[in-house]
Amino acid sequence: MATLARASRSEIETLLGDPPDHDLLKAPETGTVMVEGRAGGAGRRFNLGEATVTRCVVRLSNGRMGFSYALGRDGRKARLAALLDARLQDEAEGSDLHQGVATLAAQQTSARDLASRKAAATKVDFFTLVRGS
Amino acid sequence: MYVAVKGGEAAILATHDLVAEARRGDPAVPEISVAQIREQQALACARVMNEGSLYDQDLAALALKQSQGDVIEAAFLMRAYRTTLPRFGSSEPLDTAAMAIRRRVSATYKDLPGGQVLGPTYDYTHRLFDFALMDEGGEAAPRSAPTPLDATMPRVPDILGAEGLMEAEEPPEGDPRPFDLTRDPVSFPADRDVRLQSMARGDEGFLLGLGYSVQRGFGGTHPFVGEVRVGEVAVEFVPEELGFAVDLGDVTLTECQMVNQFQGSKEVPPQFTRGYGLVFGHSERKAMSMSLVDRALKARDFGEATNYPAQQDEFVLYHADNVEAAGFVEHLKLPHYVDFQGELELIRRIRREREERLAREQGAKEPDTMPEAAE
Repeated sequence: MATLARASRSEIETLLGDPPDHDLLKAPETGTVMVEGRAGGAGRRFNLGEATVTRCVVRLSNGRMGFSYALGRDGRKARLAALLDARLQDEAEGSDLHQGVATLAAQQTSARDLASRKAAATKVDFFTLVRGS
Repeated sequence: MYVAVKGGEAAILATHDLVAEARRGDPAVPEISVAQIREQQALACARVMNEGSLYDQDLAALALKQSQGDVIEAAFLMRAYRTTLPRFGSSEPLDTAAMAIRRRVSATYKDLPGGQVLGPTYDYTHRLFDFALMDEGGEAAPRSAPTPLDATMPRVPDILGAEGLMEAEEPPEGDPRPFDLTRDPVSFPADRDVRLQSMARGDEGFLLGLGYSVQRGFGGTHPFVGEVRVGEVAVEFVPEELGFAVDLGDVTLTECQMVNQFQGSKEVPPQFTRGYGLVFGHSERKAMSMSLVDRALKARDFGEATNYPAQQDEFVLYHADNVEAAGFVEHLKLPHYVDFQGELELIRRIRREREERLAREQGAKEPDTMPEAAE
């Protein structure tokens, strides 16, 4: 679900292919989650502010349920992600679908890695100036 | 006094059309897209998300487009929209120690674990115009290091904390749910969770001014930036129907840990004290200002005098919210015809009575009148 939450709608659409038959147990719904922080990073909890979140619950014709929760307001993405979640539970590890998600996860990791390496290029190397002889 | 009056519908409709035209500007110039604002005015979007108290980059960009770049008007749009949404619940508290760092600097330690990472910052620019930006098509090509940054970097106050030199920051007994000022009225003295929430959604300029006042001596502190970090943090939420934490994706955050001078007591040896700032998006000035005022507002907790505005929670919390402040200031331009008529009647009566009194006194001073009786 973490990978799908970070994936774009088109990535999920491509991976899922034709949407399977399903019932919408909970139609895509946009709401908010109050994001909590901690004072000092580790202390008392406080409310930082809300974030938009969209969720969806589907049931495939075989009875399998799929859930999606992700930041943002994309209802179509939420529905496709819930369908993919249901399909993934039905398929064995190592199936094409699981491998597709693994590929997405790897792409997300490498994007994060690249961002980190760009930041690392701005890391300061201090050197000390020695005065006199 | 408020009295309902009708009229002005046609004028209001006409102004809607006119403001749409003003917003669009010269039609010969291509219209700006929401995606362009989101991608290319991200710092403005961050401010709108903070002051609108809603994390949604697309909506912040739309708000800025709709408000012609008026940040407070844009925050107002975010606040109004937020009230139409159901709330699914509260996230798990963010773990900023697990942030995917894009920028992290400390003014207290040169060689700290993880290093000083400048990231994308204007701090070391010359503030000279880059006229090349007048033309389109410039592509930046930042370099990248062969290896990424450390996966986690210790928060600087925790380094001092390990030595016992830093005021401890621990959750209170039972790790209670925080107060939510969007649901319950604030009372004073306000606890730290209320203060932090209020400042996180407060006006950047107001907090900047208050933070500056503290530095200039209106609430003496001598702060150091222990750390500023910017990056992405996962938001986790436990849906009722699932019963386990779900990763909703990442939000960009800026965190500031301000290290301030000592406090001690009979029980506790002198320690550094903390000020904390946490905000959405890349908003360093806001996070730093918040952490200065957070420390100033702890004055009472430390038994310090609270002589200055930044140390007074009621003053800070009641005036930090720019949507409320703008509403009350700007309502003055709405029709007050009846109130003003009342004032006008009053001042005319006062003047009339004054003139009558003066005339009477003048008459009383005439020599042929009876002297006033002694009291």
